Amino acid sequence: MSRTETAHLSAALHATGEALYADDCVPPDALHATLAIAQSAGGRLLAVDLRAAAVTDGVVAILTAADLKARRTIGPIRHDEPVFTDAEVATWGAPVALVVATTREAAMQAASQVVATVEGSPLPPDLASADDAGIYLTDPHVITWGDVAAAEASAAIVFESEVETPAQDHFPLETHASWASVSADGSVHVVASTQHPTEMAREIAAVLGLPEALVRVEVPRMGGGFGGKESQSTPMGVWAALAARHTGRPVVVRFDRRQHMGWTGKRHPFRARSRAAFDATARLVSHTVDLVSDGGASLDLSGPVMDRALFHLDAGCFTPNGRFTGRVARTSRPSNTAFRGFGAPQGLAVTATVLQRAARHFGLPLEEVWRRNVYTEGRDVAPYGQVIEDPRGAAVLARVCSQSDIEELRREVDRFNASSVYVKRGVGVAVATFGISFTNAMLNQAGAVVNVYTDGSVRVHHGGTEMGQGLHTKVATLIAARFGLPIGRVIVADTDTGIVPNTSATAASSGTDLNGAAAMHAADAIAERLATVAATSWGVDPSTVRFEDGSLHSAVGSRSFADVAQAAWVQRVPLSAAGTYATPGIQYDRVAGRGTPFAYHTFGAAVVEVEVHGLTGEHRMRRIDIVQDCGRSIAPLIDRGQIEGAFIQGAGWLTTEEVRYDGLGRVTTLGPSTYKIPSAGDVPAHFQVTLLPNADAPRVVGHSKAVGEPPLNLAVAVPAALREAIGAFGPGEPILGLPASPERILAAIDAVRRG
Amino acid sequence: MARPLPQISARPDAPWFTLLNALRDAGHTGVKEGCAEGDCGACAVVLVDGMTAPARPRAINACLTLAAAVADRPVVPADGLGGPQALHPVQRAIAANGGSQCGYCTPGFVAAIAEAAHRTDWVHEGDLDDALSGNLCRCTGYRPLREALRATAGSRPNDVLASLAATTPRPASVSAPSPRGGFWAPATLEELWWIQRDHPDAMRVAGATDVGLAINLHGARPHAVIALDRLPELRGMDADADRVVLGAGEPLADVEAFTRTELPVVARMLRMFGSRPIKMRATLGGNLANASPVGDLAPVLLALDAHLVARSPRGDRTIAMDDFFVGYRATALAPGELILHASIPRPRPGQRHGAYKVSRRREMDISAVAFAGRVSVDANGCVIEARLAYGGMAATTARARATEQALLGRVWGPDAATAAGASLDRDFTPLSDVRGSAGFRATLARNLLLAFAIETEHDDFVALPALPTATVVTR
Repeated sequence: MSRTETAHLSAALHATGEALYADDCVPPDALHATLAIAQSAGGRLLAVDLRAAAVTDGVVAILTAADLKARRTIGPIRHDEPVFTDAEVATWGAPVALVVATTREAAMQAASQVVATVEGSPLPPDLASADDAGIYLTDPHVITWGDVAAAEASAAIVFESEVETPAQDHFPLETHASWASVSADGSVHVVASTQHPTEMAREIAAVLGLPEALVRVEVPRMGGGFGGKESQSTPMGVWAALAARHTGRPVVVRFDRRQHMGWTGKRHPFRARSRAAFDATARLVSHTVDLVSDGGASLDLSGPVMDRALFHLDAGCFTPNGRFTGRVARTSRPSNTAFRGFGAPQGLAVTATVLQRAARHFGLPLEEVWRRNVYTEGRDVAPYGQVIEDPRGAAVLARVCSQSDIEELRREVDRFNASSVYVKRGVGVAVATFGISFTNAMLNQAGAVVNVYTDGSVRVHHGGTEMGQGLHTKVATLIAARFGLPIGRVIVADTDTGIVPNTSATAASSGTDLNGAAAMHAADAIAERLATVAATSWGVDPSTVRFEDGSLHSAVGSRSFADVAQAAWVQRVPLSAAGTYATPGIQYDRVAGRGTPFAYHTFGAAVVEVEVHGLTGEHRMRRIDIVQDCGRSIAPLIDRGQIEGAFIQGAGWLTTEEVRYDGLGRVTTLGPSTYKIPSAGDVPAHFQVTLLPNADAPRVVGHSKAVGEPPLNLAVAVPAALREAIGAFGPGEPILGLPASPERILAAIDAVRRG
Repeated sequence: MARPLPQISARPDAPWFTLLNALRDAGHTGVKEGCAEGDCGACAVVLVDGMTAPARPRAINACLTLAAAVADRPVVPADGLGGPQALHPVQRAIAANGGSQCGYCTPGFVAAIAEAAHRTDWVHEGDLDDALSGNLCRCTGYRPLREALRATAGSRPNDVLASLAATTPRPASVSAPSPRGGFWAPATLEELWWIQRDHPDAMRVAGATDVGLAINLHGARPHAVIALDRLPELRGMDADADRVVLGAGEPLADVEAFTRTELPVVARMLRMFGSRPIKMRATLGGNLANASPVGDLAPVLLALDAHLVARSPRGDRTIAMDDFFVGYRATALAPGELILHASIPRPRPGQRHGAYKVSRRREMDISAVAFAGRVSVDANGCVIEARLAYGGMAATTARARATEQALLGRVWGPDAATAAGASLDRDFTPLSDVRGSAGFRATLARNLLLAFAIETEHDDFVALPALPTATVVTR
C-alpha cells in the first residue's frame, strides 16, 4: 500500500450525508430525555419541585438523585461529579433531574418547569478570585532542577512576565449525544458519541449496580471530539442508561448547542507568572514559572492537564536551571476538561512569549532566538530529567524558514511597514516540541481483534474511536499493508466495548500509536499462520514468504491471499487473533518531578505573516508555512488534514474565539452567533504544510509519529506575528491580551503608540 | 444512487416546525443540527427557487426555514445529489481531497458548493469565500474545502439541480388553516389582504431567518403564519439615473449581486452581512421591519437618505428612513402594512459615501459597530451636508446629528473627521456587551469616520479589495 493519498475511509459516506452518528440511528420508539438544572451558580440544594414538570403533556418519567441505588457520583479520576445533584450545587448547569418524555419538545418544556431551591453562595467565578481565596482542586506539582539563583546572578537579562491564556470551546459540530436500551436480561446497550466508551461503560455499570460485562458501549463515529468527549460524554450515557432501565424503553439524551456550550467544560484558562533569565547570547539560563489553571467546579482531568502544561513549559528549549510549579484552582465554572493539546499549548504560550521578549531585547529575529534555544544533541535534557532523543526542532525550524523564505519575507514586511501608516504587518515563528504518551503510564495500552475471512476480506476491531482524525483509515492502511491487500479489503468496525474491552480514551494523540500497534500484533499473528500454511504448500521457509499485491509470494510460487485464507480454514488454522500493546519504558515520579513520561517527542515549526489594521483592530493571516515531523507518515493526506485543522483551531483559540462568562461563572456565549470559530475566509490562500522528509521513527508503529495535537501548539506563532505587527505602530513593547480580538489589538496598538 | 427528493410534511397545526426537523423526521439524517441558529450550515440544503425565472438553486439553512414554506417546493439535501457509489462532482471533489474529517459539516458544505457550481456571478477571489461563509468546519482548516469549491464553482454540472432549475415553476399560493391558526403563503398581495383581514394576529415572515431564531432558541411557537416569500409584488430591482429601487422581498444575495454595479456602497455592506445562505432567504424588507439595533443595511439606507414605500389595502405611502425607526425594535409601519420597496437616491458625482462594519470575525458575525456616511461638499471642498448613520451605538440605528453639524463648513478630509469625531460622544452613549465594550465602540465610531474621510478625501467611493484585512481601505 502506497503511503500517498489515502482519503478518509468514510469520505463518500460523509459527502452524501449517509454516514451515521449516534443521534442518526435512534430507535423510532425511543423516549427523549433532557436535564433540568438548578438554575443557580452554587450553594446548598434545599428542594426540587417537580410538580409542574410531572403533569406536562408527554412526560413519562422524571429521575432524580432519589433514583440512584448504587454509586451516586462519577468522574474520570476523582468521583466528584454527582449524577444528580442532591447537596452541593457547584456550577451553573448542575443536574437536579432528568425529564423523560415522548418528544424532545415535551422534555424541554417540562424541564424548564423544574424549580430548584438553592441557598448559600457559589464558588469564586474565576481563576483570579479562586487563587486569591486559596481554593484549589490539587496540591502543587513542582519540578525543580539546577540552581536558579546562580543562573540569574550571572544572566545578562531577567524578564518578568505575566501571561494569561483563555478558555476555548471545543465546538464539535456534533453536540453530545447518547442513547441506551436495556434488554430483558438487564444488559445495557449504549450508542454514544464518546472518545472513551470504556469509561462510559464502567460508570454506567457502577451507577446502575451492574457487572461491567453487562454493559456494552458502541461508538459509530463522532462529529468531532477534540477532547471534549473524553470525560464529559460519560454522563450522557449514564443518564440514558438510567432512564432506559427506569422506563423499559430506549432513551436518547442529546444536548443542543446551547446546553452543550452552557453546561460543559472548556480548554483550561491558565495564568502564568514567569521569571526568565537569558545569557548575553540570548540563551535561556533559567526559567521559573508559577502556573494556575481554572479547573472549574470539579477535578475532571485538570490534574493531568496541569502536568502536561508543566512538561511543555520548556517549549522544546534547553533550560539548564529552573522551577515550574502548577496548581488547579476551583471555580464555579463548568468543569474544564481535555482539549487538543491538553495543557501543552498553555505551557508553550508562556515561554514563546518570553522568547519574543528576548528577541526584541537582543535585536534578533525571533527564529534566531528559537534556533539558539531548541534542544540539540548535548543540550537535550528536559526539566523533568528525560533525555530528548533525536531532537528535530532545529531541523523543522530551518526547513520552515527556507520554505517561507523568511529573510525575504521580513524585508518585504519592513518595506511595507515603512510605507504604511494605518496598516502594519508582522512575522511570527514558533517551534512545538510535543511529548507523546499519556502522562499516566497505565493508560498507554490498547487492544485489538483482527478477523480474516475465507474470501480474504479482513475485519478489524480496535479500542480507538473515530472522531474525524482518520484513526480507522490509518489502522486499515497498516493492516492492509501487513497483508499486502488493497485498503478496500479491510473493514474497520465501529468501536464496541463488548469486543475490545478495557480500552483507554482515544486521546493524547496516541490513537494510532496504541491501537495501530495492537492491531498489528494481531495481524502479525495471523500473517505468520498464513505464511506457514502457504510455505508448507510450497516447501519453503515461512520467513521467506512476502505479502504483496493481494497475494502471498515465495521463490517458488504465488497464491492469492483469499486462497491461502481458505486453505488455512480447511486446515483448522485460526483466522482470528487478538493483539495488545503497552508502550515500553515510560514512568514518572510526580513527587520527585523526575522521570520519562514520554515515549518520544514530535517536532513542528511554523512561520506566519499577519496584517493588522490600526483603525479597527482587525487582522488577517496572509501566509502560513508549517513543517511537521510525522515520522514516516502512514497517511500523508490525513496527517496534512490534522496539521491544517489543528493549526486553524489553535489560531481560533488565540484570536476570534472568546468564551465569555458572567459574574457567576455562567457561560454567556452559547452558540456560534456569539462564539466565533474561524471560518473559511480567515484562512490565507498561502497555507503550505510540509511533512519533514526522511523522518522515520523506528520505535513507533509504521515508523510514524503522532499528529493529532502537536500542530495546534504551532498557533502561538499567530500572536507572535500580531505582536510584531502591533510593535510596528510605535515605540512601546507590544503586550497583547488573548484572545486577540479587534478590541484587544486596538488597545495594544494604543499602548504601543503611547510608548 | 442519490435518494429521491424528500417528502416534506407541512403540518399546518405547527407552522413553526422547521425544515431541519421535517427532513430528519423523514429519514434525511444527513441534514444535521449543528447550532439551530443559522450560523454553522450543517443543516444546509438546496432549495430550487421558482420565484426567479429560470428557477435558481439556493443553499439555505434548513434550521431557519419553516417546513410549511417549502413543503411544496423542491428541496435537495446532499443525499439527493449523489450516493456513496455515485458521487456528485462536488461530493467527489470534497471526498477525494481530504475535505471531510469528522464528516458532520460535510453535507452542508456539499449543499453550499453545489449551489456555487451553478453560479455564474464570480467577481473576484473574495466571492469564493462568500460561498462558504455560511458553513463552519471544526476539523479541516478549510483548505481542501476551498480547493473543492475552486475546482467546481461555476462548472454547471448536468445534475438534479440543473434539471430542477429547468422545470420548477413559480410556487403557487398555499392556504392551510388549522383549528388553532394555520399557514398561508399568498401568491398575490390581494390574497394577502384577505388573509390578514381574517387572521390579523398571524405572524408575517419573509425569509424567517430571524423568526427561526425565535422558534429555535426562544420557544416562539406561532400558530398562525403568513409567508411573504411568494409575492411577486415585492420583487424586482430597478435603477435609473437618479434612484435605485429595491423590492422588499428580494433576497439579500440578489440585492448584493444587483448593487455591485448599480449601487456599490450597498454591496460593500452586504458583502460583510450575514452569510450567503442567510442572504438567500433574508430580505431587504425583513431586515428593515425587524428593526435590529445593528441591522447593518439600515445605516446605509439612512445615510443615503432612502425612503420606503409601504402598502396596505388603503393604498401606498412613503416613509423616509429618517422617520422609520421609532424605538427599540419598533418601526413606523402600521399594523398590516407592508414595505413594498426601498427607493435610494444614487449619490451624485462628488458626494462621498461609504459603508463599514467591524465584528470579531469578518464573515457571518454581528457588528460591534456598523457605519455608513454620505457627505456633500461645495466647490471649495467644504462640507455642506453630512449624513452619518451608525448601528450598534444606540437602541436603534441612528444618525450622529451633532457630529454631522460639526462637519459642516470644514474641508472634507481626515482633519475634519478627527475634529468632528469628538462630537460622537454627544451623539451616542454606547453599551458594553458580548460584541465589545462601550469604550471600544466609541473608539470605533471615531475611527470609522476617520477612515471614511481618508478613503474619500479624493474619491467619491472606494470598493473593498478581494480578501480585505479590514472593513476600511486605508494604508
